[in-house]
Amino acid sequence: MSSDIRSGRLSAESIRENYADLHAPLNPLQAKQESARCLFCHDAPCTEACPTGIDIPGFIRKISTGNSQGAAKTILAENIMGGTCANVCPVEELCEQVCVLNTAEDKPVIIGQLQRYATDHLFDSGAQPFIRAADSGKHIAVIGAGPAGLSCAHRLAMLGHQVTVFEAKDKPGGLNEYGLATYKMLDERAAKEVSFILEIGNITINTGISLGKDIELDALREVYDAVFIGLGHNAINQLWLDNANAEGVHNAVDFIQRIRQQDLTSLPVGRNVVVIGGGNTAIDIAVQIKKLGAETVTMVYRRGTDQMGATEYEREVAQTNGVLIRTHAQPVRINAVDGQLISVVFEYTRVDSDGRPVGTGETFTTPADQLFKAIGQSLHPGPLSKSQAPDIERKRIWVDQNQRTSLPDVWAGGDCTTGDDLTVVAVQDGKVAAHSIDEYLEHG
Amino acid sequence: MADLTCNIAGVTSPNPFWLASAPPTDKQFNVERAFEAGWGGVVWKTLGEAGPPIVNVSSRYGSIDYNGQRMIGLNNIELITDRPLEINLEEITAVKRDWPDRAVVVSLMVPCEEQAWREILEKVEQTGCDGVELNFGCPHGMSERGMGAAVGQVPEYIQEVTEWCKHYSDLPVFVKLTPNISDIRRPARAAHAGGADAVSLINTINSIVTIDLDLMAPTPTVDGKGVHGGYCGPAVRPIALSMVSEIARDPRTTNLPISGIGGIGNWRDAAEFIALGCGSVQVCTAAMCFGFRIIDDMVDGLNDWMDEKGYSNLEDFRGAAVPNVTDWQYLDLNYKSIATIDQDKCIECGLCHITCEDTSHQAIAANKDKDGKRTYTVIDEECVGCNLCHLVCPVPDCISMVEVENGLPYMNWGDHPNNPMRDK
Ligand SMILES: Cc1cc2nc3c(=O)[nH]c(=O)nc-3n(C[C@H](O)[C@H](O)[C@H](O)COP(=O)(O)OP(=O)(O)OC[C@H]3O[C@@H](n4cnc5c(N)ncnc54)[C@H](O)[C@@H]3O)c2cc1C
Ligand SMILES: Cc1cc2nc3c(=O)[nH]c(=O)nc-3n(C[C@H](O)[C@H](O)[C@H](O)COP(=O)(O)O)c2cc1C
Ligand code: SF4
Repeated sequence: MSSDIRSGRLSAESIRENYADLHAPLNPLQAKQESARCLFCHDAPCTEACPTGIDIPGFIRKISTGNSQGAAKTILAENIMGGTCANVCPVEELCEQVCVLNTAEDKPVIIGQLQRYATDHLFDSGAQPFIRAADSGKHIAVIGAGPAGLSCAHRLAMLGHQVTVFEAKDKPGGLNEYGLATYKMLDERAAKEVSFILEIGNITINTGISLGKDIELDALREVYDAVFIGLGHNAINQLWLDNANAEGVHNAVDFIQRIRQQDLTSLPVGRNVVVIGGGNTAIDIAVQIKKLGAETVTMVYRRGTDQMGATEYEREVAQTNGVLIRTHAQPVRINAVDGQLISVVFEYTRVDSDGRPVGTGETFTTPADQLFKAIGQSLHPGPLSKSQAPDIERKRIWVDQNQRTSLPDVWAGGDCTTGDDLTVVAVQDGKVAAHSIDEYLEHG
Repeated sequence: MADLTCNIAGVTSPNPFWLASAPPTDKQFNVERAFEAGWGGVVWKTLGEAGPPIVNVSSRYGSIDYNGQRMIGLNNIELITDRPLEINLEEITAVKRDWPDRAVVVSLMVPCEEQAWREILEKVEQTGCDGVELNFGCPHGMSERGMGAAVGQVPEYIQEVTEWCKHYSDLPVFVKLTPNISDIRRPARAAHAGGADAVSLINTINSIVTIDLDLMAPTPTVDGKGVHGGYCGPAVRPIALSMVSEIARDPRTTNLPISGIGGIGNWRDAAEFIALGCGSVQVCTAAMCFGFRIIDDMVDGLNDWMDEKGYSNLEDFRGAAVPNVTDWQYLDLNYKSIATIDQDKCIECGLCHITCEDTSHQAIAANKDKDGKRTYTVIDEECVGCNLCHLVCPVPDCISMVEVENGLPYMNWGDHPNNPMRDK
């Protein structure tokens, strides 16, 4: 049995079609009709559910009056990445989930798409609604140019501070650039958003500079008035099985990075693909590899659908794209021939009284040319090890409600701290931290 | 099946739904399509004197959209028919010949001179039409020439022209009234005194619907300029209903037949006008918004509703609401109703609370429990029964206004102790 992995399973044309926008943008008529549905609730549940607290009824009303530019300003004032969030937020679990029209009509206002309508309008116009306050003379270092770091940097610049960002990778944007599903982030959306953010001025990004390698926290604290850490997840959870390094076995996030950065027709795609994991990363790799022409894609998760990190909507997207989702099974053996993956053996599980999956002893084998591991990412404290490090709790940097760490002049936010691993949460963390830093710089 | 046959001022039609004098009735082509669709009658687009026809501008209409609904108010700057009189008369003749059961009333507007009216009436009578409607309502273009609203605003002219028409013709005469006047009863009384068989109202209201902020001119804009036009459509219906009710209640015009016009778009609107005493109803904007096929629902809906209510013909409920339209000083000041909220239906939008809190009587308390569940409760003692919450609530039957039994007798302002003018 030989494995079947090759690039260009589909024509460039088919791939382009497959990778088209997940939702076509609303046209002006749709935006008008949809915005008219909003009841303009008082103390609106949607605003409460949005991690960044956008005045949602406020911006929707502006769309309905033909003031899309104002709508975009309302959005961006709370969420500088409102453009990306409009495309990637799991709205079915955030703002749209609590829309009162779910009760009244069984159909929420499609807030995410209206948000996109407004922000696209502003970006297309080239307008820049934000200005800096008078120079404070303070200078802050930000580590990581992901949503958390950039949100923090932008708010700090607005408040009049000078910001220098250190980013390990070649491009800024974090997972907006390297991780989010391609069909949510078309047309260089991430890069354009970064340019928009930088337009405010007083933010310098140094790419190719890693904390723990090129720079150290101790030294930064000496030079800068405050430091914000937004380095996201820098480690990937591993499968402790033999042959876990066989040809054909990949980390999902690494492969997704290639999908985001390389020519799609050049990527190696297996005929039969297995994805292990139950979160949105698992869904994203499963869907994207299917769209590249894999014949079968089976996503296997060790617990039930209820425990999956992937939302019901994301699962539906996977299933309509032809991904088979199997639950209650865990990998127990990776079979390889000559160092090349050929199949994966799974053991059925049941969930015990503590909610942990335990093997039943019964197994099944799935042929696999490629295996993607999407069993979670985490924070590796390595980059902090040569300095006095902030306290770490349950594998995340501990922060208070103002995103301040145990070190008085160091703040942190995004995936490297506690809280849901979502773009919108990272943006909020950065914003909250910026205000706390501003407060500290003014009053100590 | 109720009988929808309509008799008004000697004109009969199989149903009370007529198309008002406007573009939908400008030509044989349109009118025949309307009759095929089921309309009971038409008032032909207003004819003017013989000779070179008037000239219209381009563009002609402007409108108000509201919350995604198109044309809730329509405004136009068109004049009367711009086709030659002879052609119109020929077509009217042909239509009436081919559709004898439908009402064909011809709208007229000529200068305020006896001879002019005499001549046009002689010609119109030849068509076999069922009646004439005197257009004293057009607020733009024609009034500048001493016609339309210029006549409609002067009761003496109305009476005089009506008298001429009754003198020179045996046809039933409908007088169409302009709402651009402070007391609608005065032109109605004048028409009545002149011998009118009926009044039709309302014509359009002076309006500028929008200003184009790029052109800095009213819409519709004609080469950079605009003028006030005539407003109609659903937005004017409340004004029309009020004016109709005033004529219906006026002892000096009791029993003067009324053809109701203004924002009528469905059977329910029509039923409301008939309940205020109208014989027939006339429609323009709704047809211009959707085409003639809306007649289907009008006939059907009115029929079903009448069956449900046990009304066998239009006379059974015509004018039934008139005795309940009164003057403010006769309302019972001791009557009290308050809002009640059906908590099972509440979707937690909070609109009742915030509107009462900000703009009314602080009578709806807002509570949020630790799970974020919001509860809105009426504070009975604070509620004045204004209806605002009931109106803003998006859920049908969630907030209702319930009468409070307070055992107090009827007392109107005349008897109220706060009234300084009260007879002691
Ligand atoms: C595959 C995938 C799909 C996702 N899909 C969604 C989605 O649809 N919707 C959603 O809301 N969320 C989604 N997420 C989660 C979301 O992307 C993250 O929550 C968000 O990007 C976190 O932002 P951050 O700034 O904390 O981290 P990151 O975006 O990871 O940014 C951290 C930055 O720090 C840099 N960095 C790391 N280490 C160092 C160092 N030592 N020195 C200097 N710089 C360093 C990194 O290169 C990176 O640029 C997804 C995540 C993944 C992996
Ligand atoms: C409940 C209510 C009460 C009003 N009372 C008064 C009043 O006492 N005096 C007055 O001049 N106008 C009164 N108005 C009219 C308003 O001032 C305003 O002219 C009218 O509502 C038209 O404006 P709008 O449709 O844009 O709201 C009242 C309006 C409402 C709705
Ligand atoms: S940022 Fe996300 S959660 Fe917040 S309103 Fe926009 S789409 Fe909804």
